[in-house]
Amino acid sequence: MTDVEETTATLPLVRKCPFSPPPEYEALRTENPVSRVGLPSGQTAWALTRLEDIREMLSSPHFSSDRLDPAFPMMVARQIRREDKPFRPSLISMDPPEHSRARRDVVGEFTVKRMKALQPRIQQIVDEHLDALLAGPKPADLVQALSLPVPSLVICELLGVPYSDHEFFQARSSKMLSREVSPEDRQAAFEQLENYLDELVTRKEANATEDDLLGRQILKQREAGEGDHDELVSLAFLLLIAGHETTANMISLGTVTLLENPEQLAKVKADPDKTLPAIEELLRVFTIAETATSRFATADVEIGGTLIRAGEGVVGLSNAGNHDPDGFENPDAFDIERGARHHVAFGFGVHQCLGQNLARMELQIVFDTLFKRIPGIRIAVPVDELQFKHDSTIYGLHALPVTW
Amino acid sequence: MKIIADTGKCVGAGQCVLTDPDLFDQSEDDGTVIVLTPEPEGDEAEENARTAVHICPGQALSLA
Repeated sequence: MTDVEETTATLPLVRKCPFSPPPEYEALRTENPVSRVGLPSGQTAWALTRLEDIREMLSSPHFSSDRLDPAFPMMVARQIRREDKPFRPSLISMDPPEHSRARRDVVGEFTVKRMKALQPRIQQIVDEHLDALLAGPKPADLVQALSLPVPSLVICELLGVPYSDHEFFQARSSKMLSREVSPEDRQAAFEQLENYLDELVTRKEANATEDDLLGRQILKQREAGEGDHDELVSLAFLLLIAGHETTANMISLGTVTLLENPEQLAKVKADPDKTLPAIEELLRVFTIAETATSRFATADVEIGGTLIRAGEGVVGLSNAGNHDPDGFENPDAFDIERGARHHVAFGFGVHQCLGQNLARMELQIVFDTLFKRIPGIRIAVPVDELQFKHDSTIYGLHALPVTW
Repeated sequence: MKIIADTGKCVGAGQCVLTDPDLFDQSEDDGTVIVLTPEPEGDEAEENARTAVHICPGQALSLA
């Protein structure tokens, strides 16, 4: 690091209250909305805390998402990769026009209509897991019983992972997502999962069908006279990781929040039309993937009145933006009637979450079904004893003991 | 009020369809926006069109 300059804070800032953003965000936003900050990687970057600045940065063509570029602001030490096996950039690391082409290839799989077509199967998966929960001992851990397996199974089926491989698949992804494993074990799980997906794609290439996403992508590539094995492996990897822990954590956090706000939960229970607005509000309030909105400038560009020079990193603190009083009145209140959908919990611009409508569908079915089938559900320990993921890139809950 | 869609900028997020499925749809092939009702009539439809423009992540929608 060659920068010798004053930084206002070192990221990541940690939430003091599990239901609120880090308290420093408000001071940053009012006193220094575009400020220099230190990062765990040793880099220095700009931090954006105003909603409009974050939206402007994310929709500007002058910021790159290339995570392999040394200028990209990293929230963890850069991963060392064997030279014989270079990283294959996935969608989140690509810039237009390459990104536009790759996203357009797969976005048809995630349209609102396609997600609606998955509804009966997701409902069935949720019902089966609630059957098992109700038949088992009390208290039970909702994370293991519902939050993790539901999105995992759904993405598994969507991708086309054979049922017989499911345990291998889930064991590795759980390990990768756990803080309880050593970095070596996590790296091993990463490589095993990558090798697994490599072999899976190879098998599918030998016998591609229209039955699953990977098969459809292979057939589509062939029709266009193309074939990019590595891109499919990286796509499968991204969809698995991005579609898994994120939704799982929102299921757990949403359940706790609704149980802690019984008057708002009552509204959701009384009117199914209130579930989706409640989900938007939960997404805004928690903003669990807040540093996914990191980029670096590819040209000198002014954001929020500050000149950001080419090569400088920018972290759009989307959780700060989602609590910006200029974007949301009384932003720290959890209010399912707010009706505000311009939050940046799924990002903004060309990289806005590909699986957002799958996430909404899963959350809607889970909350509707959970509170209908187990109306007496309650948290089995005091809320201040719950283990929130304060030091994880994706915020959430390690465990959620519930009883009924 | 007239809705103008730039499918070249559309990223297929489907936020417009979620806002008002009477005004917008998505192409089955590449998820890009299809405007079903280019000239929305009535307060609610006009308000929905404004919301869709505001939240469109690709800034592919505008009003004329």
